[in-house]
Amino acid sequence: MITVFTPFASLVGGALIGLAAVLLLATSGRIAGISGIASRLFPPYEDSGLAGRIAFLAGLVLAPVLVMAATGAPIIQTVSGNLPLMAAAGLLVGFGSVWGYGCTSGHGVCGLARLSPRSLVATAVFMLAAGLTVLVVRHGLGG
Amino acid sequence: MGILAQLLAGLVFGLGLVISGMANPAKVLNFLDVAGTWDPSLAFVMAGAVAVTFIGFRLVLARPRPLFAAAFQVPTRRDLEPRLIVGPAIFGIGWGLSGLCPGPAFTALALAAPGALVFMPAMLAGMAAARWLATRAPAIPSPSR
Repeated sequence: MITVFTPFASLVGGALIGLAAVLLLATSGRIAGISGIASRLFPPYEDSGLAGRIAFLAGLVLAPVLVMAATGAPIIQTVSGNLPLMAAAGLLVGFGSVWGYGCTSGHGVCGLARLSPRSLVATAVFMLAAGLTVLVVRHGLGG
Repeated sequence: MGILAQLLAGLVFGLGLVISGMANPAKVLNFLDVAGTWDPSLAFVMAGAVAVTFIGFRLVLARPRPLFAAAFQVPTRRDLEPRLIVGPAIFGIGWGLSGLCPGPAFTALALAAPGALVFMPAMLAGMAAARWLATRAPAIPSPSR
């Protein structure tokens, strides 16, 4: 499926993601890594930050609802309807992001901004793995 | 106040995901599909986000402490280890299969697409499993069982 290249909206949206990460660091002192925040909903609990994590994730969930209410327009989203594939992908994303200490936000946005060598390696690996996966799925099988 | 600030940060983050187009897995998959229907938008999202955090983090970390917490909790390790290859490789395969990473998995919940609703519990289970496995290592013989 073809999607429209949106350089301006993507740059502005990206800047908002960065702003949210700066806001979180300035107020709670934490890195805005979604996998880190979500995985710490589960034990072992190392601190008392659970309520704040739930609040942050609630904000993520509410954001598209607010956008739809404000604009009156639906949000365009195409999610695969292959449910076994999505379940397997969810497991891989959940396990891999925590095992690798972060995902697109924690490593890709916050870690690169901190010039962390760990995040640079992690980001390069998940970009490459994701690109190769799409290459195989879209162009390699029965192509 | 701290919790309110975290709610606001989550809202702004989610707003960024929606406006940037990254809440739509099709756009993410097309960024990854360099050999096909390539959509370079994700690179612009990264550029916008890193430009703001690169400057913003430095301004914030120059302050003695965060507004509503005792101290900054920023990762300090800079050493490389196998987990930094294995984890991201597994994550990348799942990301490439679905077009969903953890942030967009949460913003997708409200639109309630069946694929997104199946993805979320599976992702949380994977996270819980990784956390459990990480606390088991290193392999020290467990005391009296």
